[in-house]
Amino acid sequence: MFDVEDNSRRDFLKCMSWAGTGALFAFAGGIGSSTGLDSALAAPLAASASKTFTFVQLSDSHIGFNKPPNADARATFREAVAKVKALPEQPDFIIHTGDVSQLSRDEEFDDARQILNEAGLPVFFVPGEHDMLDPDGGKAFLNRFGKDSFGAGWYSFDHRGVHFVALVNVADLKPGGMGNLGAAQLSWLRNDLAGRHSSTPIVVFAHIPLWTVYADWGWGTDDAAEALKLLARFGSVTILNGHIHQITQKIEGKIAFHTARSTAFPQPAPGTAPSPGPLKVPPEQLHSMLGITDATFVRGRDRIALIDSTLTA
Amino acid sequence: MTHLWKSANLQGIALAAATLLVVAGPSAIRAAAAPSGEAVSIDNFTFRQPVVTVKPGTTVTWTNRDDIPHTVVSKDALFKSKVLDTGDTFAFTFTKAGQFGYFCSLHPHMTGTVIVKA
Repeated sequence: MFDVEDNSRRDFLKCMSWAGTGALFAFAGGIGSSTGLDSALAAPLAASASKTFTFVQLSDSHIGFNKPPNADARATFREAVAKVKALPEQPDFIIHTGDVSQLSRDEEFDDARQILNEAGLPVFFVPGEHDMLDPDGGKAFLNRFGKDSFGAGWYSFDHRGVHFVALVNVADLKPGGMGNLGAAQLSWLRNDLAGRHSSTPIVVFAHIPLWTVYADWGWGTDDAAEALKLLARFGSVTILNGHIHQITQKIEGKIAFHTARSTAFPQPAPGTAPSPGPLKVPPEQLHSMLGITDATFVRGRDRIALIDSTLTA
Repeated sequence: MTHLWKSANLQGIALAAATLLVVAGPSAIRAAAAPSGEAVSIDNFTFRQPVVTVKPGTTVTWTNRDDIPHTVVSKDALFKSKVLDTGDTFAFTFTKAGQFGYFCSLHPHMTGTVIVKA
């Protein structure tokens, strides 16, 4: 009766199953993160993802930050990397969603690299605004972490049937605006996605959220809607961001949005403080507000599960 | 007459010399008779004095009092600070009349304006 190859129908069915699952929380059994498990988010995953695999998101390591509430952002980043290393199921790779450094200094980038090496895993980066502060506006970052990227550092790659897209929304920011992708990057994205089947699961990662979390603090991306339009035809899209140093999540159509904790310091919830500056929590609380995010593609489950865990031992 | 002119001129030079200590450049001399400094502090991700009105020749100094770095970047490419960490300052002397918008290139929702008029 129905043509199983008919893509629009398949997407429609996925949508229906999506709507039918209600809260959409999916936890994958056996995933590392035995402690501090406090949220998970699922997105539909097309059957074309050939194998179960996991990857980890680290964000906002701010190497060089040394003020309250964290006198040593290197140490907490090292703890986060140790946590990744201790996962019972080793991830295939790590993505770092920006603000690797505090001030784009050479030694900050070099220390970040050295600490990440302790995980012994490939790492894919996008820059945050703190990584664009060298006199050449991002060269120090790109020379180290963005060698095969385009423009300000965007690129894509495929892994086990999943298409990963790294976007940069911290370059050439406009007065009064928020994050910005720009025409050149959007044009590249259009071409990058053009030939892909809409059943291909897509993971997009970028520093600043690709939806407006809180405009008053600039927590959004001015031209994100244009990118989301290009992603709309895909059956499974997961968007991973950092920048705001806390977990937020949202589902919109077939797109799941998620922001990760920082490994350096927490920031206040939108509008709960005079500014988005570091939340000066007492030392005993700090580790419960820093963390990592595991993303798991579970074979046969048709889901991407995102599991956030804190640095609390 | 000559004597008076000389006296006034000397006074001007003395003032200019004092001003030069803080604001290098020939434009400072023209500003000698006017107050030559204006401060803008950066606090809580805002320019605390979002609009300042100054006379030509005034040096505006921005000080970052946040725990997070900021920059001061002219919308018209007139000036651009390096990254200002906590306690760092940036100064720029406005010689021409006009309205000069600026922003923080890290947090572009932070904006301010310097109005220069005689």
